[in-house]
Amino acid sequence: MDDSVLVRLIREATESVFSVMLDLPIEAGPVERVVPTSDGYDGVIALVPLGGTIIGSGRLICGARLACRISSAMLMAEHTAVTEEVLDAVGELGNMIIGNVKTELESTEGPLALGLPTVIFGRNYHARSSAVREWLVVPFQCEEDRLEIHMFLAPAADRQAGKPAHAVVHFD
Amino acid sequence: MALNVLIVDDSAAIRKILERVLRHADFPLGDVHEAGDGKEALAKLAQSDVGLVFSDINMPNMDGLEFLAQMKANESWSKLPVIMVTTEGGQEKVMQAIQLGATGYIRKPFTAEQIKEKLAGII
Repeated sequence: MDDSVLVRLIREATESVFSVMLDLPIEAGPVERVVPTSDGYDGVIALVPLGGTIIGSGRLICGARLACRISSAMLMAEHTAVTEEVLDAVGELGNMIIGNVKTELESTEGPLALGLPTVIFGRNYHARSSAVREWLVVPFQCEEDRLEIHMFLAPAADRQAGKPAHAVVHFD
Repeated sequence: MALNVLIVDDSAAIRKILERVLRHADFPLGDVHEAGDGKEALAKLAQSDVGLVFSDINMPNMDGLEFLAQMKANESWSKLPVIMVTTEGGQEKVMQAIQLGATGYIRKPFTAEQIKEKLAGII
């Protein structure tokens, strides 16, 4: 698939979700292609698997401060620490963004299945999704905070019968 | 007469947002019941006098389409209006939901106005 199409879909979905559900300003940054490394992450990650004629994985990554802002805006209640409610809100945000990309992809790729989101908060964690060779990283700036949407898609023939890719996360 | 509502979604955030929209809508809202999946929703229907249902599709244990099918197959609940509120915007899922008896379909992200418009159509 053409990267520019996927980038456009991710940007449109993210901007729409931020505008409609959160009323928070967001600005897209330059896209990167990143090979999975052993570098650890800090913050919140929402993992959303995809399956069907293409398989893949989407993930939303942000820091604890932006996760709290997202939850506060979504629920109209101030959150200053990453709680169960904050993780739920970030998971739902990831679900909406990746879900909307998935819906748009279906017009060219056929029916796709969206898995349930998994959300993790921690320090120096490593997230590895099976089959991912390279992530497409679409960054956004929400005032002083950074948000990244990562996506990996591959033809289902690469794997068995379009089962959603699974992710493994470990902490040091 | 006040209408009791059941909100079915595995995200507590979405259940809260929908409840907030309903409380601010020009609509005679009674009790709001919540369920995190289709199985829990069927149990809540059996225990409560619900007049309107909002349901997600992608949920653990029993998804929204299976819940809708089982609900509509039960004579006591077959006429209950159900509005699907979901990320699933593909034509196939929309058609499935409508064929199973969904009254309306709202795609996430949604605005309060979209929810109020659907309510107006039902009331």
